[in-house]
Amino acid sequence: MSEAIALPRLEEEEARPRPAVRRVLGLPRDAWPRILMPLLIGIASLAAWEIAVRVNEVPPWIVPAPSVIWATLLRDWHTLSVSLWITLQITFAALAVAAGLGLALAILFAQSKWIELSLFPYAVVLQVTPIVAIAPLIIIWVDDVRLALLICAWIVAFFPILSNTTLGLNSADHNLRDLFRLYRASRLQELFYLRLPAAMPLFLAGLRISGGLALIGAIVAEFVAGTGGRASGLAYRILEAGYQLQIPRMFAALFLICVTGIVIFLVLGLVQHLLLRHWHESAIRREG
Amino acid sequence: MEKRFANGTLALRGVDLDIGRGDFLSLLGPSGCGKSTLLRILAGLIAPSAGSLDWPTAPYDARGAAQPKLGFVFQEPTLMPWATALANVALPLRLEGMPRAEREDRAASALARVGLAGFEKAYPRALSGGMKMRVSIARALVTSPDILLMDEPFAALDEITRFRLNNDLLTIWQEARFTVVFVTHSVFESVYLSERVVVMAARPGRVVREIAIAAPYPRDEAFRTSAEYAALCRTVSLGLGEAIAA
Repeated sequence: MSEAIALPRLEEEEARPRPAVRRVLGLPRDAWPRILMPLLIGIASLAAWEIAVRVNEVPPWIVPAPSVIWATLLRDWHTLSVSLWITLQITFAALAVAAGLGLALAILFAQSKWIELSLFPYAVVLQVTPIVAIAPLIIIWVDDVRLALLICAWIVAFFPILSNTTLGLNSADHNLRDLFRLYRASRLQELFYLRLPAAMPLFLAGLRISGGLALIGAIVAEFVAGTGGRASGLAYRILEAGYQLQIPRMFAALFLICVTGIVIFLVLGLVQHLLLRHWHESAIRREG
Repeated sequence: MEKRFANGTLALRGVDLDIGRGDFLSLLGPSGCGKSTLLRILAGLIAPSAGSLDWPTAPYDARGAAQPKLGFVFQEPTLMPWATALANVALPLRLEGMPRAEREDRAASALARVGLAGFEKAYPRALSGGMKMRVSIARALVTSPDILLMDEPFAALDEITRFRLNNDLLTIWQEARFTVVFVTHSVFESVYLSERVVVMAARPGRVVREIAIAAPYPRDEAFRTSAEYAALCRTVSLGLGEAIAA
């Protein structure tokens, strides 16, 4: 190439202007209603619940008031936190394995249509089999209870990641794939520079679904294992409280499960936002 | 050269073209005349069913390459949305295994060549349609190609942006003198840009006329409004009319 003459530089104004976002307490102004409104509804419902229970003098072993549940949560925090920790460990281990294996299998599927055709139906079989029905078998077959619970939670959690990532790996722009061929990219280059980044949004969406499912899988498996008296996660606390008619404690454990689920959802949403904010449509704030 | 698709459609019949080094050639024709197919055969993305593509190897031997280096510009900018303008432009060099510092240097100068100095860190979504197309052109130029293949690159842009990009493309071409094969369905664009317009007809795709555009370069707005330009456009339009009727 001869010495390149650069064209005159384009005016900055041709680039799309970024509107300045007004911030209140460090958050964009229009983010506040999204936090405040659900909070308001939550507080109103809890207040209505508390009042209804007090006015009608409903005994706590039928429906405990929120204040009683909160007091129980604080009182039994020691036992409950130990159980919470056990459930969390299983949930996150299952999610990690689901993400790793789901991604690996999806990459394998993307290598050949034949592999996908032959194996995908079995992934569907695994997905549609009710976990409650096979959990007892798994708990019998696998000696280590933790491992058995992990397998159950993994079975529930892994399908969304597998199917989403498979779809994502195959949805790379066709012209870009032609471009990679034109420059004689290797399969590995195409995988790492094109297909995996293109699959990222769908993988993360799958991960977000799987986060909640891993928790559900862990709880369901604990219930099954708990009936045999061999587990100690949050689900077991619920069962135990049910037997002992300690309904406020049951609610407290339920509350912890809900909070855990919400936190997992929010954290994975944040991860999704941080990874995609520069480029993906889902992370782009629309103007007007 | 011929191309028959697996479904039996004859996309190209008896296409015989000579393209000289440094030529600016336009392929003009109605939809379905196989101009894009021809371009993809030139790019090596699909193989012809019959006939062959002969590169004059001698000039490329000095570099030890059996084939000329190609650059391809699609109708859409076809950028990786997750990568900055700089990373997009550097992609062909990255695929060659060029070290990071060197490829980023070359990508930055390619961006400067298309008028996008200072936009290295911009993501595609922050760029306008015309700017994305410039990034796409910079990516095609970054390997210093011998042949630049362009598949209706400006068809989706507004007219003002298209005129500017036409002028800038001519400036870059005159300075670097690579070969350009430019697919378009705009008579005006093909006359303004090229030295030779190849008019194609559809069903089956074939070459019906070749019209030389003898006007000298550099061409500018004065040429765009000249009687000579109007006369050439008329000739090419008539040729295209025949091709559509054929």
